[in-house]
Order: sequence, then C-alpha cells, then structure tokens
Amino acid sequence: METLPETLPAETLPAILANHYKAFPDQISLRLLFAQGEEAEISYRLLLEGAAGYAQEYSRQGIRPGEVVVLVLQHGLDLVYSFWGAILAGVVPAIMPFLTEKLSPERYAQDMTALLQTTQPAGIVTYPDFLASVLSTLQPGSSVRAVISSGQVLPVSDPQLESLPGTAASPEDIILLQHSSGTTGLQKGVALSHRAVLNQLRSYSQAIHLTGQDVIVSWLPLYHDMGLIAGFVMPVLFGVPLVLLSPFDWVRAPQRLLQAITRYQGSLCWLPNFAYNFCAAKIRERDLEGVDLSSLRAVINCSEPMQWESHQVFLDRFLPYGLKPQALAACYAMAENVFAVTQGGIDIPVQVDSIDALAFTTRRQAEPSSDPETALRMLSAGRPISNTRVKIVNDHHHPLPDRQIGEIALQSSSMLTGYYQRPDLTAKAFHAGWYLTGDLGYSVEGELYVVGRKKDLIIVGGKNIYPQDLELLANKTPGVHPGRVVAFGVYNHASGTEDVVLVAELAVGLDAADPAVRQKISAEIRQNVMHGSAVALRQVHLVAPKWIIKTSSGKISRSANREKFLRETAPAD
Amino acid sequence: MENKLIQFITHKILRQPDAVLDLNTPLLSGGVIDSFSLIDLSFFIENEFGVHLEDTELNAETFDTLAELVALIRAKTA
Repeated sequence: METLPETLPAETLPAILANHYKAFPDQISLRLLFAQGEEAEISYRLLLEGAAGYAQEYSRQGIRPGEVVVLVLQHGLDLVYSFWGAILAGVVPAIMPFLTEKLSPERYAQDMTALLQTTQPAGIVTYPDFLASVLSTLQPGSSVRAVISSGQVLPVSDPQLESLPGTAASPEDIILLQHSSGTTGLQKGVALSHRAVLNQLRSYSQAIHLTGQDVIVSWLPLYHDMGLIAGFVMPVLFGVPLVLLSPFDWVRAPQRLLQAITRYQGSLCWLPNFAYNFCAAKIRERDLEGVDLSSLRAVINCSEPMQWESHQVFLDRFLPYGLKPQALAACYAMAENVFAVTQGGIDIPVQVDSIDALAFTTRRQAEPSSDPETALRMLSAGRPISNTRVKIVNDHHHPLPDRQIGEIALQSSSMLTGYYQRPDLTAKAFHAGWYLTGDLGYSVEGELYVVGRKKDLIIVGGKNIYPQDLELLANKTPGVHPGRVVAFGVYNHASGTEDVVLVAELAVGLDAADPAVRQKISAEIRQNVMHGSAVALRQVHLVAPKWIIKTSSGKISRSANREKFLRETAPAD
Repeated sequence: MENKLIQFITHKILRQPDAVLDLNTPLLSGGVIDSFSLIDLSFFIENEFGVHLEDTELNAETFDTLAELVALIRAKTA
C-alpha cells in the first residue's frame, strides 16, 4: 500500500481518517509493543472503530467540539483510541504525562490542577483505578463535566465517521494542544490548527522523502512534540506503518528499540541526543544478537542540542550491526511550529562546522578553525523545511550575517494559533510577524547551527526543565537559605545530555563544614526536587552564605553562578 | 553485598561519596536512582554478583529500598 505524502486527501484530520477507513481498512496502522513481549497490531479499521467509540463517548458526555479533553493515560490502546477519538469528535486532546513512581502523588495532583486551570477542559479520560485520584483534584466550580473511565469505552463497529462532529471542522479550528512539563511548562499550551499540522506534515514529509515503503519505529512519549508528531500523527495520517514502544520500557531496555527496528525493518527513527549515548553505552553485547540496522535510512537527532561525539559513539557501536553512516540525520524542531523547523542529513550528510572556541565564547562569532585540537565541532541542523523561513537576529531584532550568533527567529505556515488562552504570552513570543525561539544559533550558506539558548532552560534527554521550578522546590528544604538557590545544566559528555546541578546556600548559623549536616540537607533537597518535579539532581552543591551571585537588580544570575560553580569544581591541573 | 551496593550508588550514581544510605532509604521513589541510572545498577549487579535483573523488574514495585534489593539478589542466587 503506497500512500504518497503529497496526497493527504483532505484539509482536516477527521476527513483524512474517514478516507483511510474506506480506502485501506485492513492495512496495519500501528503496532504497540509491550515489555512482557506481547504486542497489539492495529489496522485502520480497528484504529478508527476504537477511536469512534471514544468520539461517541465524548458526545454522550456532552463534550462539544472545540472543548478540551485531558488524557491521563500511558502507552497503550486507550491512549491511541482516546486521542484519535477526540480528533474525530472535534474535541481538542491534551496528553498529560502519566504519574511515575518518582513524582509524589500530591505533586502530581498539583500539576494536574495547574493543567486544568490553563486548559479549562470539559473532560478527562483515565484508567478505572485512577479515577478516584483524578476526581480528588477537581475543585468546586471546575470546568470538568465528565471524567471518563477508559474501562467503559468500547469500539463501535461500522462507525459513521462522516456523521461525527469533527468532520464539520474548519481548517482553522484548533486540533490539539501540546504542553511542556513542569509547573512552568504546563502553563503554556501550544494550540495548533488543522491547517498548521497539515502544512507541517506536507513540508516535513517532503524534506525526509517519506513514502509508503517507510516504517517508523519510536519509543518517544506522545506528550512531547517529537513523539506526538513525528512518531504518531504523521505516520497515521500518511498511512506509513508505525511501531510504538513505551518510553518507560525503553529506558530500562534500550535494545528493544533496535530489536523492533530489526524485526519490522524500520527505516526511520527519531531520537534525542542523549539516546545515542544511552544506546551505545547501555546495551549488552548479548542483547544485540541478531540485530540488523541496515533497513534504517535515517536516524534523526532532534529536541536537544546535538553533539558530534554522540553521533560518533552511536556509529562506532552499531556500524557492525549494519547501521549506515549516511543514516545519521539531524533536525531542529519545536512544538510552536508543530514540529520541524529544519532538517539535515537526508540528501547530503549532516554538515560539521569546526569553529574557533575563543571567538565563539568571547565575540559571538562562529569563525572557521583549522586547528583540530581546539576547534569546536558544531553539527548542522540542516536547512529550513519548505514552509518555514529562518533568520538570525540580534537583540534589536535586526538580521545578522552568516557566522554571527544571534537569536533564531522563524516564520511559517505551521505556526501555533497561540498559547492556549494566554494571548499575553502569544504576543510576547512574536516580533513583527516573526516567532522568537529563544534559541541561539548561526547560519552558514543556508545551513542552521543551533548553539544554545537565550533563556535559562535546561534540557535533559529532550525534556524541557525550567530551573525556577527546581529552585522553588529546593527553597522549601529546612536548612537552606530561602531564595538563595540556583539551578542550571552542565553538559555531560558521557551521557550526551545535561546534568542538572543545584547550588544552595546553607542557612546562617549552620555548620557548613559538618558532613552530617550537609548530607542531611542535600538528601532532603534531592528528595524534594524529585518528588516535586520528577527531576533527578546530578549534583547538589551546598555552599556558605553569600556564595551566590546576584545581579544589580537583585536577581540570581544562573549563568554567572554556573560559571562560578564550574571554576570551583574544575579538577586542578 | 550491602556495602558494595552502597558504594556503587554513592560513588557512581549520586557522585557524592559522603552520602549516607541505609537499608531502608527509598532508592527509586526517594529520588536516589532515576530511571536513566537503573540500567547502570542492573549492569553492576550482574557483573558483581552474577545476578540478572529483568528490565521488567527495574521498578519500585519490585524493589525500592536497599534491603529489598538485597533480598531480591539473594533470592536469585539461592
């Protein structure tokens, strides 16, 4: 079955799905793999009959088109059906990360309350045994009118897809919301229209030459843009087979991804940078028996800063297993553009730019360097996809020439409609029609190099972490001087992602030299931060009063404190 | 066995050699070991004690404290 990308046969998602249901009902849409070894094979018929069950349930519960439904579900059929059911019903789905053992239930309830306040959903879907917890978070006057138990929703045979409310949608209607995690991220729901999603998919599928011969294999979570768009929505809409693993299972057994690629002859896979290091270092030789990666035509590095070394260790480890060097690819993406901004490594290999380290750090210039000893090797994220324009601007929003580092700004036909019910945040994100990404980069002859971030965001394993969330949690620890805490990321070459470091000043009067005191406080900080954010601190650095640097306006400068920390903890020569 | 495990966790995972762990410290739910480090722990246990933990056992339901982990390893060696 070859469904060519450029022939997405309609202008709204429900209309495309209704077409697939008629055109190729027996084609396998996706396979869900589970840790115990079982798998679920879902044809378009099963997919849309399962989804239609949810669509009817939403209508039965009085949830109207345009209203939001929050999905509190993990990897499995219910998440798949409830998501597409919302699309068919014209209801706007927002996927909430499921509770993990790391996060305290109280904290999870607070996150849920925050999400409910921002999105004002009409409904929530969750598992029967999680209903009570969800109900307990609802406050008087809550927008939520229906809490749907996944156990009560059954597939419908012969669904009249054309009669479901979603088919009456207009291309400008909001189709879904995407959130970042954490207290700060949950306040920003990226609202995307049918048109934006389809414009993105048409451009992006061209950039990667997607065809019906491809097989996409993904372990990425669906609450994140890379997993949701590249590893879920795109293949389902284009009729490209998808093999889906759970992130929870992958992190405990990364070989399952490679085994799935082997078994289903996966051709495309998206990974955050750390996953290259993780796969290379954390798979036993015996678990690679029979693994054959020669079917992969692109492994696409996306969603956190890309490192040349990460590509090398991945290639070194898996070259003997058939991985083609030319399969290494790179992408720069963000939820605000639905997904991809640029793509590289498909038509030509990922470009590597060796630049002078000193000019880079002191003059914001990316000057070519001929000294392989000291040069920084930057990986290109490729060129803008066909519907997106990129420029590099200075602090006054003026465009910068090639090789000068500035903020990345973009314009496209797949931009967000807005941050959901936050016109204030939406207005701030744009300047003269250009979306300001907050990322720093430079360009060289049309290739984009992303070098860092303007905002103090930490990215660990592709997940955005807002340092202020961690600082608030650490502040509550007895023995910590309230307000004298700073969190930041430090790149770790071994893991390929950032380590989260937190520096806290001890309260006045405590004996900073007493190991028992330090031990107790740092353990409590770790625990508070983990329970409150699910973030594991790699290092807690306790310091004496007045260590932390504040700016003249009294704010804590994360970058200045990060530099001070690195100086103090650097190994002596 | 307890001491070897403690040493591995404090030195290699927490990178805080002076950290104090006892048999009842919640390791997974307490934020000592995050999901990215679970594999490191299982590699260490396999190399050190010759015991293989399945990936489906790497969760707080199977073991959370050191005492529970030690019991699991002993049960598998027995």
